[in-house]
Amino acid sequence: MNNEWVRDEITRMSGVNPKKCMRCGKCSATCPAYDEMEYHPHQFVAMVENGDIEPLLKSESLYMCLTCMACVERCPRGVEPAKLIEAVRLTAIREKGANRLKAEAVPAMLDEDTPQQLLVSAFRKYAK
Amino acid sequence: MKFSYFPGCTLKNKAKTLDAYARRCAALLGATLEEPEEWQCCGGVFTSAKSEVATKLSSVRLLKDAADKGQPLVTVCSACHNVVKQTNHAMQTDAAFAAKVNAYMGEDGGYHGETTVYHYLELLRDAVGYDAVRARVVNPLKGKKIACYYGCLLLRPSGVMQMDDPENPTIMEDLVKVLGAQPVVFANRNECCGGYVSMENPALAKKKSNAVVENAKAMGADMIITACPLCRYNLMKNGADIPVVYFTELLAEAFGVKEGDTDE
Repeated sequence: MNNEWVRDEITRMSGVNPKKCMRCGKCSATCPAYDEMEYHPHQFVAMVENGDIEPLLKSESLYMCLTCMACVERCPRGVEPAKLIEAVRLTAIREKGANRLKAEAVPAMLDEDTPQQLLVSAFRKYAK
Repeated sequence: MKFSYFPGCTLKNKAKTLDAYARRCAALLGATLEEPEEWQCCGGVFTSAKSEVATKLSSVRLLKDAADKGQPLVTVCSACHNVVKQTNHAMQTDAAFAAKVNAYMGEDGGYHGETTVYHYLELLRDAVGYDAVRARVVNPLKGKKIACYYGCLLLRPSGVMQMDDPENPTIMEDLVKVLGAQPVVFANRNECCGGYVSMENPALAKKKSNAVVENAKAMGADMIITACPLCRYNLMKNGADIPVVYFTELLAEAFGVKEGDTDE
């Protein structure tokens, strides 16, 4: 993939300007999934800015983000890292055959209390 | 007062008490909640990407239906509220996005975010008023120490949700006081339970949910209340050893109309 084109597409669809980031790291400090991530929120921002997107597209970190919006709320520069992560995740799962969650796998993940909200949310996040 | 009322999928299934007591208590407070004849799932989570249009149409149709009836729209599930409110905000503030959505809607189009969206908590605080709620209490919940768990969806992003201070909210604690109980403030009340990640990474959800429950207990709570079926599921699945109940159940108990036990 052409990195510059992908970067521009990701910034356009997210509405995020990664150049506003001043590298304070508050987004990563407040991230509840920090320990699970290979690339942390502040690294997403810097890597997208540099067009270093291939590693992000392949990273498990995309699926650890909880979209809890803590980074969006607490960023002193209004960069909104979660929106950038969402755009990278969509770029990954919009590829043909790249759905993270397959319908066949779902029955084994359910229990009798699983709320419908969990099913629809997981499909929205992990599949197109 | 008449309102459009969106229950959403989960309240028709696993979270029936959240819905039933919301309706019953609203009626006691003189607020008429009218469920639209037709509605679809909100999608569970708002997708922030501007290029995601089709996934937001069900919320726009719901908002447009309320606008056509001239009614404010009330939600009660935290997730539905977050999705519907963020979609409404996008329709108000992003003209290019709104143009695409309205093109999809065809002759049903022409919506630009006119509907006022209330979460049920805001309905109580801002439309009914907490004084009127207090006047209906027949069974004050004296002696109960209640941790109000907001999670993420009610508060963030605060510029859009505009429910309360995102770092120091009071809307639920104030309600608990109105009902005669004692609110327990705890640090994790606006931190994530793990959300949808419990589907494929239960270990991460367990870690996040346990942190919430442990923190609430350490601060002396003997019960946790929530507006979110997924928060409740995650907290309970991961071994919460104090009750986790919907805030509407508490309201019903104070109003003397609670029947039987909580949903399991």
